[in-house]
Order: sequence, then C-alpha cells, then structure tokens
Amino acid sequence: MEATAAIAPAIEKEEKQYSYLNLGPTHPATHGIFQNVLKMDGEVIVDSQPTIGYIHRAFEKLAERRPYNQITPITDRLNYCSAPINNIGWHMTVEKLLGVEIPKRVQYLRVIIMELARITDHLICNAVIGVDTGALTGFVYMFQQRELVYEIYEEICGARLTTNIGRIGGFERDFSPKAWEKIHKFLKEFPVVLEEFDSLLSRNRIFMDRTIGAGGISVEHALNYSFTGPNLRAAGVDYDVRVASPYSSYEDFDFVIPVGKNGDVYDRFMVRQEEMRQSLSIIKQAMKNLPEGPYHAVVPEFYLPHKEDVYNNMEALIYHFKIVMGETEVPKGEVYHCVEGGNGELGFYLISDGGRTPFRLHFRRPCFIFYQAYPEMIKGSMLSDAILTMSSMNVIAGELDA
Amino acid sequence: MIAFVTYKMILVLVIFTITLAIAAYSTYAERKVAAFLQDRVGPDRAGPFGIFQPLADGLKFIYKEEIIPNVSNKLLFVFGPCIAMLTALMAGVVVPWGDTVFIGGKEYSLQITDLNIGILYVFGVVSIGVYGIMIGGWSSNNKFSLLGAIRASAQMISYEIAMGLAIIALVLMTGTLSLREITMQQAGGLGGDWNFWNVVYQPLGFLIFIVCAFAECNRTPFDLPECETELVGGYHTEYSSMKLGFYLFAEYINMFISSAVISTLYFGGFNFPFMNNLGLDHNMISIIGTIVLFAKIVFFIFFFMWIRWTIPRFRYDQLMNLGWKIMIPLAIFNIALCALISLYINR
Repeated sequence: MEATAAIAPAIEKEEKQYSYLNLGPTHPATHGIFQNVLKMDGEVIVDSQPTIGYIHRAFEKLAERRPYNQITPITDRLNYCSAPINNIGWHMTVEKLLGVEIPKRVQYLRVIIMELARITDHLICNAVIGVDTGALTGFVYMFQQRELVYEIYEEICGARLTTNIGRIGGFERDFSPKAWEKIHKFLKEFPVVLEEFDSLLSRNRIFMDRTIGAGGISVEHALNYSFTGPNLRAAGVDYDVRVASPYSSYEDFDFVIPVGKNGDVYDRFMVRQEEMRQSLSIIKQAMKNLPEGPYHAVVPEFYLPHKEDVYNNMEALIYHFKIVMGETEVPKGEVYHCVEGGNGELGFYLISDGGRTPFRLHFRRPCFIFYQAYPEMIKGSMLSDAILTMSSMNVIAGELDA
Repeated sequence: MIAFVTYKMILVLVIFTITLAIAAYSTYAERKVAAFLQDRVGPDRAGPFGIFQPLADGLKFIYKEEIIPNVSNKLLFVFGPCIAMLTALMAGVVVPWGDTVFIGGKEYSLQITDLNIGILYVFGVVSIGVYGIMIGGWSSNNKFSLLGAIRASAQMISYEIAMGLAIIALVLMTGTLSLREITMQQAGGLGGDWNFWNVVYQPLGFLIFIVCAFAECNRTPFDLPECETELVGGYHTEYSSMKLGFYLFAEYINMFISSAVISTLYFGGFNFPFMNNLGLDHNMISIIGTIVLFAKIVFFIFFFMWIRWTIPRFRYDQLMNLGWKIMIPLAIFNIALCALISLYINR
C-alpha cells in the first residue's frame, strides 16, 4: 500500500516500546472482515497496516462467465446496505450498452427506489457512528425505520437485503397499491424519527466533543485519494454524480447537495443526515410528478416475457428460452456508467466483445478507494477515534473486497 | 452475646441476600429499561414478563465452559473476579438500611455496623475494587484487556479524588463520618420539624459525587474500560463462565451500593417527609423508612440506566480532562465555599 509506506513514525522511539494491536479481522467495530495492525504508543496510533481481501469473492472474474442478467445478484453483494442502487446502476450500464430508451415512469420509479436505498445506507452509517460512541438507543430507533424500507423492497421485488430489484429495461412488475401505501407510511414516519435521532446526537455535548476534529481529511488529500460521495462532500467539495452527470432523470429534481467543512466525523455525520432529508424530498417530488406509462422498456432480448405469452406465443417462448439459458448476444462496445451510490461514485466499466457475457467488467467501488486513506486519517489519533473514523467513512466489507 | 451474634448473623444474611437479589434483578431491569427506552419488548420468555430471566442467566453462566487462557497468570486470573465481587459486597456493611426496631423491648439497629469512619470505609473498600479490574485485565495477557484495565485504573483513581473532595465538603457541614449520624441529621424534613436533605445544602457536591459514582461504577458515559466497540470486552475479554458473571454482577452490586450511598448522604437515607407527623409508632416508621430507602435506591438505579441508554461515552483523554481539570477544581471550590459558609454561620 502506497499510503502506508509513505508514513514515517511521528515520534522516534525504540521499536520495543511500541505495542501492536490487531484490530480485526473479526472485531466488533469492523462491521465486516478486514484487518488493521495498529502500531500503538499507549492509546495513540503511530502507524497502521491494513489488510483487506478476507471476503474477496472474485466478482469481476465471476462476471466474465455470467450472462448479463445474472450479474445483477452479484452487484447486490457489493454495498449490501444499499443493494438497489447497485442493481439499478448495473441495469443502466447494460441499457447504455444496448442503447435502450427507458420510459420516464421507470426512471422515476428507479429514483424512488435509489433514494430509499440511499436513506437506508446513510441511516445505518449514522446509527453506527452513534453505537461506536456508545449511544445504542438511536441505533435501535433508526433500525426500525430501515425495516419499513425493507418491507417496501419486499413488496416490490420479494427480497429484503440482497434485493436483485428490477430488470434490464425496467421493473418486473408495477408497484402494487400496497407498496405505495408502505412508501407513504415511511415518508410519514421517517422524518419524525430522523429529527428525534438528530436531536439525540447532533447537539449532544459528548458526541460533539468526540466527533469534531476526529478523523479529518483535507480537501486536497480527499481529492488526491479520489474520494467521492458523502466523505468528499464532508471535506467540502460539492461533487455529486446525480448533479455532475445526471442519470435516470435526476435533472428533473430539485435538491441541495450538503457540504461540510473539515471532513471530520461530525461533518460526515451531518452531511449524511442532510442527505437523508434531501432524499426524502426527492422521493416526494418523484411521487408527485410520477408520469403515466409502462413500467418497463421494450427489450425482448433481456426482459422476460409474461408467462401467458410464453405459453401462447412463439416469439415469447424463444426469448424466454434465450434469456433463461443466457444465450442473448449483445453488441460490441465499451461503456462506463456511474451512479451516486451510498458511499460515492459507484462505477461499472464494461467491455463487451459481442458474446453472451462481458469480456471484462470492473466495479469502481468507492469504499475500496477511500479506505486507502484510512491509515493516514487515523495516524496520531487515539484508538477510539480510529474506530469512529472507520464507521463514519462507512467502510463496508462487501464493497471493500469485490 | 449469643443473641447479639445471632442478630448480626441474621442481618448480614438478609442484607447479603437482598444485595444479590437486587443486583440480579438490576440485570433484568437494565434490559427492561433499555427495551422501554428503545421501543422494544425486552426479555419476556422466562416466566411471566420474563421475571425468571436473571435465574436463567445465572444458570447459563454456571453451565458455560470455563476457559482459562494458557498464557495467563492463572492464580491472578482467578483472583481478579473474586476481588471485584468481594469488595462490591463488602461496601454494604456500613450503610444504614433502616432506623432501629424494637422487638421484645430490645432495640435492634438495621445496620450491620455503625463505624464512626463509615464513609472512609466505603472509600477504602471501593478503592480495592480497582484491583479486581486491574488484576483481571493484566493477568489475561490480552492487549484489549490490558488497555481496558489501564483505562479503568486511571479513571477510577482520578475520579476517586474528586469524589473524596466532594465528601469532604459534606463532612465539613455534618461534622461526622458515620453514615448513621449523617442520616439522622436529615431526619424529619417537611412537616412539624422543618429540615432539609443534604442535597439542598450541597447541590454542587451532590453533582460531583453522582458523576464520580458513574465513573466508579464504569457506567456510561464512563464505560471506557469495557466499551465493546473498541476493546471487544475490555478487561473481561478473556473471561467466560461464572468468572465473567462475577465481573458483571460486581458492576450491578456497585451500582446498588452507590445508589444506597447517594441516597444516604444526600437524600435523607431512610427518612421521608412528614415522618414524625403521621402518628405512627417507631417500628412502623422504621419499616416504612426502609421501604422508602429502597425506593430511593431503585430510583437511582433507574437513573443510572436511563443515562446509560441515552448518551454516548467520552474518549479517554476527554475523560481525564473532565476528571482533573473540571471535577477536582470544582470540588475544591465546593470545599472552600462550604468552609466559608459554615464559618460564617458558626461565627
């Protein structure tokens, strides 16, 4: 790791005076499996050596042997806190390759789902910052709300955590009245809990003392490390993929990009809090202006036909067979598509040589990228701050190791 | 002589049992209070409303495999929880659990022993309690345990100073170290004989004392020695089975004793308002007084839990700053203030 090699011990001491602490691979604070060997001077971290790859699942290699529609479940397992964003990002990448025009209604429905996913992602992250400072109660409040979102997913696609939501071209079915009812319920209940959670922590003296100035990163360093998402915005750069290169009709919506100042734990916390409020407003706008129309585009090569058609229609039967067997060929090409994931710019770099599977697929995983800065961010801080830094960056093992 | 020994034996046994029972049900209460504050149900499987949960927990602890790490100092590893438990139980000796009762014309005091240095005794015993944690953390030969033990010892020693200084102000006012006498001075209260509890005269001292009591019991926001997100289990990371149970239990007993001491020193102990205006006989008032004392204790235990499930914890250096730069100067200021006021009054 380049970052670690660059770090020289701050205080010159004899080697035997330091102690080494293994933070992980399994530690209550790592929220996943990755290791940090900390070189400690008492409680102060002098140096750290991160090791990742404990749950490496070779997703990029796996994807080279899988038909396009079967890659969606792999993307679930990247950032599992906001799986729908990954799914829909992947669908959009394939649609970009195929050059499919997506109905406006589908785009709006996707926006609703993606913003719900962003809320769940930020909600977990902020609740866990609370837990790592010792305030467990807010975490439980927020988790109940995540449950409501998962029920919405369940109503739409049948799954909860690893959603595999939607299809290439749209959604497998339209949102049911019950799903809308659940979304309305969430929109009604969540803001109350969010404000309650906010009032529990954001002006709490102990919490502010703990988080302000802890684990900070400057704008220059954040940009050099190629930070994106809330972590970059907390440092003070208003880069958001939703605005910089709008996808799925994000240009239709009116929202604010919250920006922090110091890039410390508190700023990251506050940026995520505000983003949740903005996401709520986007969902409301999308629901208000939801256009009528079909819930999927016409892409018979990828969109599974209705069962009735399969039984009664020759064409549909052929497409059904080809999709299920994964024998659909795609045009040659090279596309990059990125979406604003829970943690930042989630990119899909896809090269197709015209076969049934991608020739090469690379996931730009924001977590993997900003975790490189972790040793630098915790150097010289105390153990408690290191834990907080980790949780406030929202390091998710699934996204760290593809 | 035999009658005296029997009476003391019975008293010791009763207080020992009550302490253990309250500590056991504090664990249950903790989970129920947490559930209440977090919109959950809490334990409700063992018995009606889950009231047998502490028994189930205890049984589980006993039946768990006991692991003593090979690299540990085995003797000290066993001593650690023993010391923690022993000191926790010993502190209850000097607390006056009630006034006297007359049985068959003889007067029996509801206190195991009324030492004239009662508060000092409590402090001494609580100070030894640090050793339980230190020895346990050190002998485990685990870095997380060691860090927890270092934090615990530094924290408890620094907060003991502020606590002691807070008490000095109280002693200046009351002129005695005996817990019984301090309680008796607060007798009466509202009603015929106008009198206030010490908390009215010593608000600052009380505040310092209760904050330090939180730190002494290793409760949030001072639960650094065992903060699970950083140090896994803190000083008891390597412990399993009933030895772990002892540590956890000792914490609850400490909480109970702290609540009892707070009630006694600052909230009138077994005294309650209008106690001399109800026209009840002495025995009756003593019994009600004991119940009232326990009610106060339960309230403080609830207070401990309420705080725990509401606010985050400090960082190690912030904790030290609070202890040395805020609590101790405040306590010294409190002493000076009390000394000046009592000098002015007794002039």
